[in-house]
Amino acid sequence: MPLKIAVCIKRVPDTETRIKPAADGKSIDEAGVKFVLNPYDEFAVEEALRRRDGAGGGEVVVLSLGSDAAQETIRTALAMGADRGVLLKCETLVPDALAVARVMAEELRGGAYDLILFGKLAIDDYNHAVGPMVAELLELPCVTAVTSLELKDGAGIAEREIEGGVEVVEFTLPAVLTADKGLNEPRYPALKGIMAAKKKPLDVKPVQLSSSGIEVLELALPAERKAGRIVGEGPDAVPALIEALRHEAKVL
Amino acid sequence: MAGVLVVIEQRDGVIKRVSYEALTAARTLADAMQGSVTALLAGPPGVDASSLGTYGADRVVVAGDEQLRLYQPGAYAAAVVRQARQEAPGAVVLSATALGKDLGPRLAARLGCALASDVTAVAVDQGQITVSRPAYAGKALYRLRITSQPCVVTIRPNSVTPAEQRRTPIEEQMPAPALDDSVKTVAIKEPPGAKVDVAEASVIVSGGRGLKEPANFQLLEELAAAIGGAAVGASRAVVDAGWRPHADQVGQTGKTVSPNLYIAVGISGAIQHIAGMRNAKVIVAINKDRDAPIFKIADYGIVGDLFEIVPRLTQEIKQLRAG
Ligand SMILES: Cc1cc2nc3c(=O)[nH]c(=O)nc-3n(C[C@H](O)[C@H](O)[C@H](O)COP(=O)(O)OP(=O)(O)OC[C@H]3O[C@@H](n4cnc5c(N)ncnc54)[C@H](O)[C@@H]3O)c2cc1C
Ligand SMILES: Nc1ncnc2c1ncn2[C@@H]1O[C@H](COP(=O)(O)O)[C@@H](O)[C@H]1O
Repeated sequence: MPLKIAVCIKRVPDTETRIKPAADGKSIDEAGVKFVLNPYDEFAVEEALRRRDGAGGGEVVVLSLGSDAAQETIRTALAMGADRGVLLKCETLVPDALAVARVMAEELRGGAYDLILFGKLAIDDYNHAVGPMVAELLELPCVTAVTSLELKDGAGIAEREIEGGVEVVEFTLPAVLTADKGLNEPRYPALKGIMAAKKKPLDVKPVQLSSSGIEVLELALPAERKAGRIVGEGPDAVPALIEALRHEAKVL
Repeated sequence: MAGVLVVIEQRDGVIKRVSYEALTAARTLADAMQGSVTALLAGPPGVDASSLGTYGADRVVVAGDEQLRLYQPGAYAAAVVRQARQEAPGAVVLSATALGKDLGPRLAARLGCALASDVTAVAVDQGQITVSRPAYAGKALYRLRITSQPCVVTIRPNSVTPAEQRRTPIEEQMPAPALDDSVKTVAIKEPPGAKVDVAEASVIVSGGRGLKEPANFQLLEELAAAIGGAAVGASRAVVDAGWRPHADQVGQTGKTVSPNLYIAVGISGAIQHIAGMRNAKVIVAINKDRDAPIFKIADYGIVGDLFEIVPRLTQEIKQLRAG
């Protein structure tokens, strides 16, 4: 049975980025920032490719909502092996998960996908939300933060990490899953893949985001931690550390 | 006059501490909006809910059913949505746990309202809810105004201190919603000797490549046991090497933690690690390299060989505890 799989992918600042607020005080200054495919979405793309290939065929479609610059992110996924891409083009992204989910759900509706995959979270807004929201809007079963997955005969079993344990969840297809680290080891695009990606179809569709009721008042750097101190060297410094933790910081 | 609906979490029939944190945040919002707090508890029958009044619940609604012992996304969402439609609260508050991060977005989608995840502070300003929440792995902080009613807010563990505000709540039962056949939690696998999770612990002892080999994490386990109830965390380097499970990883691609005390042992302090623990109230670093970046954000540091320092620390804390 060929599988038709959609993967939603986001362009985000690289994890090494030093964040600087922009002049408007509500977003980050993008000057000099390197952007990458969201690391959790790499797990989702990898899983889609393996499932397609394991099923002996099908299609992997990658979708990204963002500015024209997200075409590069889509090309990265195409170079990994996805079949075609869709850019849902908007000027600026807002940290409003439901606004994003509504646009994604509209595009995915009626697409006859067996699986719709997301990352567990986007490492810029940390919302952890767009996947399960899309699932609710499309009324599809959903498992979030999946670290292990088995599919068989139109059904699946997924595992997800919870505090001090692992939940085992059974679901039926079609389904929405969000990928966590541990699900697989994403491949690096090979040169051949990079060349092939240039010729793969990439549709651009303009979209409008409408707010669900979140307004950014400010994006600021967190308060600097006040400078600490070295209490000493070697094991003989232990009593001084304990003293400080008990009487100064009052945490012991 | 809007109230607040709080989703209470239980595990094996015992209410989780993070729920008192969520209740406390809910109380702050409800007081500012002159509303009341309803605590909704889904779980097996017979959970002792008497502590919910202690932390400020005016009303407790219980959906008690053996089928709700484990988190069932469809039925849990249905229960909360039913209550929310009845009460028209100003906000629905959850904990930003594995459960809350899954349920919160579902609720916001079903209620068609805004979601603020992983919130570290809440307030009401001229009748509107404002929240602070970290983004970019804690490298930046958003302040958001929420203009939808209701809204869904998930509170990051350890960011609100539970405050006792005694009430005598009215307790009601709610019939359990039907399970959703298309997605069902069938089991929880627990590692033997179930431990404290780093995301919820108030003290974390974390180890990195400086530990040299997996067996040496025993030193950190002993220190954590001496402190009492502390969790053992890890850097990605040692998780990738297979020394520790991914569940213990702290950092940008692991867990974001905000304990009262974080002790980093043999961890250099890479930007991706710091992203996950910079919100700890007090940071201690033990490292042999005086120039390791971890010392730049540590409140207290000891320079030296961890294999000499950690056992001494464990021993002295034991003595202190034996007092
Ligand atoms: C996309 C991406 C995501 C990442 N996400 C994460 C993440 O979530 N979490 C994370 O931790 N990292 C993450 N990293 C990796 C990060 O960049 C570092 O490689 C990692 O944190 C280093 O781990 P470490 O501090 O244990 O090891 P090292 O950097 O090797 O540091 C070991 C330290 O131990 C000290 N040491 C050695 N021997 C002793 C001794 N006997 N006594 C005392 N001190 C000693 C050394 O001085 C050194 O400072 C990520 C990287 C990338 C690219
Ligand atoms: N602008 C976007 N375009 C495509 N996918 C997105 C976008 N924003 C979020 N996603 C998807 O939703 C997941 C969770 O994002 P978030 O809820 O923002 O943390 C990401 O890992 C992506 O799979």
